[in-house]
Parts: sequence; structure tokens; C-alpha cells
Amino acid sequence: MDARREFVAGVRAMAPLMVGIAPFALVSGVAAVDAGLSPAQAMGLSLFVFAGTAQLAAIDLLGGGAAPSVVVLTVAVVNARLAMYSASLAPHLRDFPRRWRAALSYLLTDHVYALAVTRAESQGVRSLRYYVLGLGATIWVVWQAGTLAGLALGATVPASWGLGFVVPLTFLAILVPELKERVNAGVALISGSIAVLGAGLPMNLGLLSGALAGVLAGALATRGER
Amino acid sequence: MTTPDTGVWIVVAVGGALTYALRASFVLRDDEGDLHPALDRALGFVPAAVLAGLVAPSVLAPQGVVSLVGNVRLVAAVVALVAAWVTEDTLTTIGVGMAVFWALRFLA
Repeated sequence: MDARREFVAGVRAMAPLMVGIAPFALVSGVAAVDAGLSPAQAMGLSLFVFAGTAQLAAIDLLGGGAAPSVVVLTVAVVNARLAMYSASLAPHLRDFPRRWRAALSYLLTDHVYALAVTRAESQGVRSLRYYVLGLGATIWVVWQAGTLAGLALGATVPASWGLGFVVPLTFLAILVPELKERVNAGVALISGSIAVLGAGLPMNLGLLSGALAGVLAGALATRGER
Repeated sequence: MTTPDTGVWIVVAVGGALTYALRASFVLRDDEGDLHPALDRALGFVPAAVLAGLVAPSVLAPQGVVSLVGNVRLVAAVVALVAAWVTEDTLTTIGVGMAVFWALRFLA
């Protein structure tokens, strides 16, 4: 059956990235314990926010006693890139029923987006919903289980292992094949440079301004094409 | 001095709702109108732009300031980048990157 095959294809595409996601989830669970959140609160963040970078930022701020309004604002700014993903993926999902789009929206993360958009461009969108569901279900299960494991292990996972480094490696693994197209390489160079210069800014503003500048530069560079 | 319990739950609820709203912002929109061609073209660059914006600072400026000398992450990422270019395989990229990272960190 088409649906089942596409779902499995999504699971299989996401599976290798779990080598990076599982330790990331673990680290977020450990960080929540360190910051003094209760297990219920940590799982609440994991289930409702379900976005690693934003969760880590929120945990850090909450541990320092920040006002809820500041934390909420930070979460919104860190996650602003999700709106770009939503805009980019929307045309591919437009023909699916509304409840499907509502469910798939919840699962839209960095990795799900990157794999879904690649699939849509190479294979078309006919059964894309099952594929995206497979991607999202995989990362969701691993993320929740990893957070739980991190909560249980707490401080027994030493920071010196540097487990957090697997996260940029997973992004790198998806990014590099894109760079073989020259415009994309330019876009990445611009975005990456600005993000590095803005690395000290609060709320991941360096990432946000870099990404916007990169997208704009790409659009300008390809004016008159297509 | 963690934020009080009620405050944390407010963050869970409001932060979660806002994040969902961002994710659903375009996907749940029903209007059938085609995107402006320029916007459509621009959105094609989102993956490269955002992924580079996520990777570059965590490799080149892990503590918030640019660090080129003695930066173990940078060396590991460059090797991983070559591995990714050649193999285009996710597991190989992550494996090579972490192997170099740990080797430099614990053995050097």
C-alpha cells in the first residue's frame, strides 16, 4: 500500500539522523534537571514546544529565574524560522485535508522540513503526507524518549563529552549536498557569515538575520530566472 | 532561583501555542492563490540559508565569539564537511565528525 510504503520511507530517511537527535534530546533532559525544572515541566516543554534549540534556551532562562514574558518572547524569536519552513512547505501540502495539515504542522522541525522539501522536489507530492508523518513520528518518539532518559540520568552525563556537537553535524550532513548548487553555496556563505558575526546576540538573532539575508540574496541573484 | 512553577507552566502553554502558530502559519492557510514568483523563488533558498545559519556559529563561534585557533569543533566540522561532500551519507558524516572531535578532545 502506498501510504504504508511512504510512511516507512519517511522513517528510514529520518533514522540515520537519530544518531544526532537522541543525544541532543538527552542533553535537553539533563539541562532541565540542572536548571531545577520538575520532570513534568520538562516533559511539558518537550511535548508542547517540541523544538530543541528553543527548549534549551527556555530551560537556561527559566533556571536563571527569568520572567515568563521574556522566556516566551525568546522561544518565539528562536522559532521564527519555523514560519519560513511553513511557507516553503505549504504549497506542497496544500491539497491535503485540513486535519492532516494541522497534525503535520505540529511535527515540523528543522530535520523534518529539510527532508520533506527535498522529497517533494525529487518525488512530487502525491503521497507526501505519509512520508512527512513517517519523518515526524520518528523524530517525535526519539525526542520524547531521549528527553525522558536525560531526566532520569541527570548529571551522570558529563558535559565534557561534548555530546551537543552531534547537532550541528546532523545539520551539516543535510546542508552539504545542497551546496553543490552554486547559488545555494553563495546563500549559505552569506547566511553563515552573518550568523557567525551575530553569534553573541541574544535570542538567536544572528541566525535569523543571517537566514533572511541569505534567502534575499538568493532571490536577487536568480532574478529573471524561471 | 528557578522561575516559580506557575511561570514555568505559562511558558510551556504560551511558548507551545506560539510555536505551533509559527509552524502552522502557512501550512494551514486555505487560500489557493499562487505565491508571488519572487517569493516562491526565495523560499527555495530557505534550507541552505537556515542550515548554514545553524551550523556556522556552533562551529566557528561555539562560545559566542569567533574562535579559529585550537578550535576542535572547527577541525572536526571541516573533516565532516569533506566526508559529506564525498559520500553524501548522513551516518558517515556524523560518525566521521564525532570521531575526529573526540580524538582531538581526549587524545590530543
